[in-house]
Amino acid sequence: MKLPAPRGAVSTAVIDLLGGKAATLPRTTTPDDDEDLHLALFVCYEMAYRGWDGVDDRWEWDPELLRLRAALEQRFEADLHALAGPPEHVDPETVPHRLTELVTADDGPSLSGRLRSRATYEQFREFVTHRSVYHLREADPHTYVIPRLAGRPKAALIEIQLDEYGGGVVSKMHQELFKRTMSWFGLDLTYGAYVDAVPAATLATNNVMSLFALHRRNRAALLGHLAAYEMTSSIPNRAYAGGLRRLGGDASATAFYDEHVEADAVHEQIAAHDLCGSFAVAEPELAGDVLYGARCALALDARWAGTVLASWDAGRSSLRE
Amino acid sequence: MPDDTGDGDRLPAGGLAGRLAGIRSAMSSTIIPYEDGPLIVRGDFEIVTPDGAPIEAGRATVALCRCGKSAIKPFCDGTHKVINFRAGTDRVTPPPR
Ligand code: FES
Ligand SMILES: [Fe+2]
Ligand SMILES: [Fe+2]
Repeated sequence: MKLPAPRGAVSTAVIDLLGGKAATLPRTTTPDDDEDLHLALFVCYEMAYRGWDGVDDRWEWDPELLRLRAALEQRFEADLHALAGPPEHVDPETVPHRLTELVTADDGPSLSGRLRSRATYEQFREFVTHRSVYHLREADPHTYVIPRLAGRPKAALIEIQLDEYGGGVVSKMHQELFKRTMSWFGLDLTYGAYVDAVPAATLATNNVMSLFALHRRNRAALLGHLAAYEMTSSIPNRAYAGGLRRLGGDASATAFYDEHVEADAVHEQIAAHDLCGSFAVAEPELAGDVLYGARCALALDARWAGTVLASWDAGRSSLRE
Repeated sequence: MPDDTGDGDRLPAGGLAGRLAGIRSAMSSTIIPYEDGPLIVRGDFEIVTPDGAPIEAGRATVALCRCGKSAIKPFCDGTHKVINFRAGTDRVTPPPR
């Protein structure tokens, strides 16, 4: 994918370095704002996924770039602590139950209700555009944790991921299914095509997965993040499918959402009990991190949904100009 | 390899009887009730209509609705949470009257 346009001092520095326009990074690591912070982080993290067009893959492990990334991560983590509350100590046996309580208590703004009943074609298309940044690499961040697990939690994660990757059938991979929805809206199917179009709130939902995925110390938070996603999926996806049908979407357009109603009804059980429950018992000192990861996922998604709805309520597009 | 083709298990091929014979001789699977949720089925299994026609599971591990309110029965669609379905994970033994 093409390097995006910068949004401030730090993202400019990172993009110029990777793009060969600068030889070194400046001393300053203070981002101008959230847009600058999250774009800079996103650009750094992408080196660990599919990389950027024309950028040497060796930048992934460049010490200077990693040092800058660490400084940005520190800011992001402070934001996360403020937004979701820092990790707390919990009884590992209670983790599945507490996850259920968390998602039940989640009172984020109802984007799904809006999409089901009254979003316009343009608004639904925007929603798909935002989500494309993640869905075109759906499940990839969570795959990073597999070698960091053993026994039952590992088997549980693989059971979920197998489904995410279509059981090895390309056309059934969730990443590929999403392209059908995008095609119906006439969107560009290229991986990362809409990075420039989405705001910091969208990038943050992606960056949190990378923050948890790329650091082994955050493995428990990544599992909690996955559980929160799986446990808040079936019902909203039914609403998305219904909304898309209301707008005339055919079976191919809704396939991604229909699949998630059924798949995530399975995944949520596995994620809460077999994955997070057994992991918390195996690594009890990290039980609180599992819940922290789940809280971060819910809080960032709620913040994102809030910005999208606020734009629509104000009669504006939720995407960047 | 245990030989499980004992004559008693031999049923005419085809239809439900044939399928059941196949299930009995070759299939091993587990069905686990998850707390307040569906039955999760893993292993070698087939889901068929009473006439023996296959119901496409679509995945290796499935969740069967046990709250009765799913819109995609026999599979679970998460509705059990909306209706506050409560059920344990073991056999329920009614107390003696
Ligand atoms: S058990 Fe999940 S919908 Fe019935
Ligand atoms: Fe998925
Ligand atoms: Fe899933």
